[in-house]
Amino acid sequence: MSRYRITQDDLRHAAEFRADPLGMPSPGLQRVLNLLRGGPKSGKYVLVVAEPFRRWILGRLPAERGQPVELLDGMEFTDLAEAEWAVFKLRWKAHTGKDLEQEL
Amino acid sequence: MIRILGYADRISAAPGECIQVKVSCEGLDQYDADLVRVIHGDINPSGPGYRDAPVPLDLGGPFKGRYQPIHAGSFGVVNAKPLFPAKSSLGLQAFVFPTLPGRGPQTILSRQDPQSGIGFRLYLDPEGAAALEVTAGGEKGGVVATGAPLIAERWYLISGSYDAASGALTVAQKPLKSYPWVNDADRASRTVPVNLAFADVGAPVMIAARQSTDRPATENFNGRIEAPKILSRFLPAEAMESPLDMQCEGLAAAWDFSIGIPTGQITDQSGNGLHGHLVNLPTRGVCGHAWNGDEHCWVKRPGHYAAIHFHDDDLYDCAWETDFEVRLPDDLSSGVYAVRLHGGVEEFYIPFSVRPPRGTTTAPVAFLLPTASYMAYANNRIGLDVPETEIVCGRLIQMSPIDLFMQTHPEIGLCFYDLHNDGSGVFYSSRLRPIVNMQPGHIGHLGGVGSNLWQFNADTHILGWLEHLDQPFDVIADEDLESEGSGILEGYRAVITGTHPEYYSVGMLDSLQSYLDDGGRLMYLGGNGFYWRVSFHPELPGVIECRKSEDGIRAYAPRPGEFYASFTGEYTGLWRRNGRPPNALAGIGMVSQGFDRSSPYVMKEASRDPRAAFVFEGVEGPVIGDYGLSGGGAAGLELDATDHSLGTPPHTLVLASSERHSDLYLMTPEDMDDPAPGLGGSEAEIIRAEMVFFETPGGGAVFSTGSIAWCGSLSHANYENDVARITTNVLRRFLDEKPFTPAPG
Repeated sequence: MSRYRITQDDLRHAAEFRADPLGMPSPGLQRVLNLLRGGPKSGKYVLVVAEPFRRWILGRLPAERGQPVELLDGMEFTDLAEAEWAVFKLRWKAHTGKDLEQEL
Repeated sequence: MIRILGYADRISAAPGECIQVKVSCEGLDQYDADLVRVIHGDINPSGPGYRDAPVPLDLGGPFKGRYQPIHAGSFGVVNAKPLFPAKSSLGLQAFVFPTLPGRGPQTILSRQDPQSGIGFRLYLDPEGAAALEVTAGGEKGGVVATGAPLIAERWYLISGSYDAASGALTVAQKPLKSYPWVNDADRASRTVPVNLAFADVGAPVMIAARQSTDRPATENFNGRIEAPKILSRFLPAEAMESPLDMQCEGLAAAWDFSIGIPTGQITDQSGNGLHGHLVNLPTRGVCGHAWNGDEHCWVKRPGHYAAIHFHDDDLYDCAWETDFEVRLPDDLSSGVYAVRLHGGVEEFYIPFSVRPPRGTTTAPVAFLLPTASYMAYANNRIGLDVPETEIVCGRLIQMSPIDLFMQTHPEIGLCFYDLHNDGSGVFYSSRLRPIVNMQPGHIGHLGGVGSNLWQFNADTHILGWLEHLDQPFDVIADEDLESEGSGILEGYRAVITGTHPEYYSVGMLDSLQSYLDDGGRLMYLGGNGFYWRVSFHPELPGVIECRKSEDGIRAYAPRPGEFYASFTGEYTGLWRRNGRPPNALAGIGMVSQGFDRSSPYVMKEASRDPRAAFVFEGVEGPVIGDYGLSGGGAAGLELDATDHSLGTPPHTLVLASSERHSDLYLMTPEDMDDPAPGLGGSEAEIIRAEMVFFETPGGGAVFSTGSIAWCGSLSHANYENDVARITTNVLRRFLDEKPFTPAPG
């Protein structure tokens, strides 16, 4: 678990991520990602494969083995980079309470 | 939802031999089956695509679909004759180390008819307190519980008694170590009818579970049980709360788990011959209550290892009935095959290797199918259970239908990357169960940006390349190497490994080393190979043990005192901690892992050495492999490099090396004695894949790539690329009988 807390200075890292969600991150962006991608298993965002290499639905992991993965209505993607950016924004808001699209 | 599953009784067979196929269907009345030769299991549209070849063989379908359950959870069974007179008094006792008290009722010792309830059981109640039930049917009988939950991972002496004369029913829990302010010692008594007739029950004695009407066992215990005893007379509570002496009058059964640790048998030392057996491989060779650190090897002091660790999610053999048998045609060529089960839109593959006819070779090169490593990763839950997986992969985890099935069906069992429900490490992994992540077409979690393949399906990149070359090859499985020794490799000019042959037994390692010593040629086309020591069970088929002692990249650390394999008594852990570093065999050894993007290699000065000229014929360089299906580069996922202090031969040529990786690549724990900043792939020089070549004293040679991702680059541009060119150059030269000139000196 990361103890790092996002600050205004991290907006440049958010912009870096938006430009290339699957690229090789700078150390500063990696620190943000360690926080956003960290956290417990329960509720963790995952991509449920609807069609391999073509279409994915956002889901959340359950707390326990045996429980089903929750599918999130309306959160469907045909591009992995778009999915990464969407989840980045969701997690950013969960950590900061702020809407990243408005901040950038 | 996966509606059809199956497994086979074996993972390697020769032409003319039979394979028994076991199938379970849910909501599928009928299915069919055929045999395919697996060629390329990667369904990524950016690559060559999926390819198999049907074998014209009638397997006898269509077949009627039926459901066959999986009953996870380990326990002991003693098919006991009457222990004592029906209206006897009773005493029960065991040392107990609970790991999940409070997670439902958990049985310590029972003999109870599942229909009538007649019998007895000593157990932890749903709150985790010691309890005893004695029932003679109907309302006759009763339960007594202490009401004080046991504390997890502490040793207790649990005892219970029934006095047929007075009707006193007593249960007690006595911690072996007490703490101030902690009140976990307790005793409770109540009176139930006298002379209850509960003992003459047509049910087995069960340890760590009780019999059920709808499954072999239920209410499994999580934790350790040691020295369970049954007494056919009443003893006062004070006497029951001390370990019963083996000379104790009325001792009906006294199991000593320090006897037969490598086996599935349990031995009664009372003299009454109430021996039994274990189901689903609970963990043996673990410390009992008496272990004090004086001895770390159970072989030398078995009395300190008299406990068995039971888990409610242990699984060895699903024991499904055979649905059909496949007799392999006498002229079937060696290769990787699969029985494809299919019905409607459902399909499931059961892969296995077809070796050449026994005593023969049918091709100049052998592909070593790393089935031990496939078992080590069988039904791996790393993407489901380990929240850090997304961080180390650098991207969202994708859940395929297989993953969704594993999430809702944890009963299909665990592997060396998982933890038991009680948090303890998994030491045993079996193939006598459906292995849902060992199929062509499967998408993994750790395989990097791109195809994201791991183990079996990643290895089909090699099969696809060999088929593209029209190169005849035989397939030898790890189990063949283990059971037959180096003789099975005699006659091959070259041997090719899989992409990640991580798990090796001493027998396998000896066989491969012996092959090299005799002039063989090894193409190690992967990364993190020959890393963990595993042990095959000497008698039970299809199961291996791995304890990740000392260090290494691992999901868990075994407890102190538990570094020796229960199957064989071998010291476990990394091969580099066992005097056999992979560097000595293959020139390189594991240095780092990361699962996001892979990198290219850059040719080094030694690539111009005349000894290695054949490797680079037609290769422009200096950058090699800045493309590929496994992370977008040829160097990635898990990386190996030279280390002369670990046995890299001094004349080894480092032909090429990757130069930069993301900071998701980190140094391994075994190389990180004194952590300091700069441990990531963008800074630490140790983090690199090194491509090496060296000649062996017997006239053979070794070529190693040091990267799991290497083979993901083979098919780029229809196999017209430098990675394929280098690999093919090496194969052609290795197939040439002309000996390699030994290095000077």
